[in-house]
Amino acid sequence: MSSILESIGLTKTFGAVTAARDITLSIEEDTVVGLIGGNGAGKTTFLNLVTGYLKPTAGTVRFQGRDITGMAPRRITRLGICRSFQIPQVFDTLTAYENLLVGLGIVSMGRRAFVGSSLGTARPEAVADEMLERFHLREYRDEPVSVLPEGVRKLLDIAMALAVKPAILLLDEPTSGVSADEKFSLMDLVLGAIRADKVTVLFVEHDMDIVRRYTQRILAFYDGKVIADGDSATVLGNPEVRRLVVGEPAPEEAAPC
Amino acid sequence: MTSFRRTTLGLGIALLALGLAAPILPKWALFLVTIAIAKGLVALGLLLLMRTGLVSFGQGLYFAAGAYAAGVGSQALHIGDAVPMVLLGGLVAAAVAAVLGLLLARYRAIFFAMLSLAFSMILYGLLVKTSELGSTDGFNVAARTVFGFPIASGLGRYGVYALAALCAFGAAVGLDRYLGSYLGRLAPAVRDNELRVEYMGASVRNVVHLNLVIAAAMAGVGGALTALAVGHIDPEMAYWTTSGEFVFVAILSGTTSVAAPFAGALLLELLRSFAYEHAPNTWQLVMGSAMLAVILFLPEGLWSIFRRRRRAAT
Repeated sequence: MSSILESIGLTKTFGAVTAARDITLSIEEDTVVGLIGGNGAGKTTFLNLVTGYLKPTAGTVRFQGRDITGMAPRRITRLGICRSFQIPQVFDTLTAYENLLVGLGIVSMGRRAFVGSSLGTARPEAVADEMLERFHLREYRDEPVSVLPEGVRKLLDIAMALAVKPAILLLDEPTSGVSADEKFSLMDLVLGAIRADKVTVLFVEHDMDIVRRYTQRILAFYDGKVIADGDSATVLGNPEVRRLVVGEPAPEEAAPC
Repeated sequence: MTSFRRTTLGLGIALLALGLAAPILPKWALFLVTIAIAKGLVALGLLLLMRTGLVSFGQGLYFAAGAYAAGVGSQALHIGDAVPMVLLGGLVAAAVAAVLGLLLARYRAIFFAMLSLAFSMILYGLLVKTSELGSTDGFNVAARTVFGFPIASGLGRYGVYALAALCAFGAAVGLDRYLGSYLGRLAPAVRDNELRVEYMGASVRNVVHLNLVIAAAMAGVGGALTALAVGHIDPEMAYWTTSGEFVFVAILSGTTSVAAPFAGALLLELLRSFAYEHAPNTWQLVMGSAMLAVILFLPEGLWSIFRRRRRAAT
């Protein structure tokens, strides 16, 4: 397996706060990797650094061997990295179908620039309908998305990122804001839809049951650092991860209150 | 696609009606319709900007630039036909927007509105101080021919009216087509969520810049047509009250249809004519009340009357 995305010594400081400290990791092609950590551990900051929304203070991001550090998000998207958002970033006055057509239209206008998209010569309209089908959104096709429930908006947000057929998809907390009993069916749907295209997935999550079930490998963040990296069972069994991320009290800390 | 065809058909019928009405319309009505179309063109450009999420309080800048370009073209370059004069007006206005857009495309909301207003007032100031262009008096503009027909006689009398109608038809059909294209669909996407547009791989600034240029070209054509219809141009065309009137028309019309700005402009011109005649001292009061009524009862503009009917019918 070859590495698709690499981060070398990635660091980001906001004044006195360090949101990412010397993050060095590598994601292999065609894998599903989970990224866990508590609030403020630097998970979303890492996604923002990789996708160019934030410029790192130090360090390098490489995508398919190419240095993409400091590039604008739109250029990084064209190379083949797409992301979804914790709070769905959709176009409120457009319908679900039109939302999908925005990104697909952009690709079809500039296919040569989109080196990372494997969309080929498919018609945007056909792909939009196929995506709605795949994400079970057909019934919402012609509804303005401002009136749709949050879970549906969440799915649409992910569908928009996947529709343009990127090489790697970064999902920021796909199950946040979704009720506990819907989480697994949502993830089955999302990962089923994504894996049909053999897209590499890195997803940020803080629900341990979800990461245990869907990932082959887990990266654990704490205070802007990678504290564990390995196959899912090993990382979730790591005592430091259990204490700092999962939230199990260590014996010596349990008492005082 | 079907909606595009329906719009084209509707606009085609309107064009035909304008053509058939020409011989029976009195001279004042021909003039009023021509002016309404010219202002409708500026409002059509505003429709595109409003769909992109921007309101410009400075379209008078491009309106005046187009009018002065046509005037200077006829005076200094000795262009005698109205068609190249109108083309020149549109091109010069577009060129001005292409340059100013480098700065304007970075701003949004009230900052964009105020900056566009500031630029238009700079042009106003320049025109007032330029004695070669007639300072505050401006100068007269006239075309000798339209499409090669001498303007003084026969069919030529309808020349500017016909040219305005054709420009409006072309601009409305063209804009409708553009709004349905992948590029045009980015306008509402930019209005709704700029971050996501960037994350889908497009440059928001380029989209805004392009739409500014298109809107300016339409305003420039409208300015040149106004210059030809009135026969005179002056710096008032760049003054902020002129720009305000375009915003008035755009809000009155709403952004739902490319035909709406022309209907809105026509209504405004009719309303003003009658208000001016029957209430010469309080006509602004009538205009203001009309605006208030539209905002209160038809917040999506005049055109939403048709929509409601259709919705009620189904």
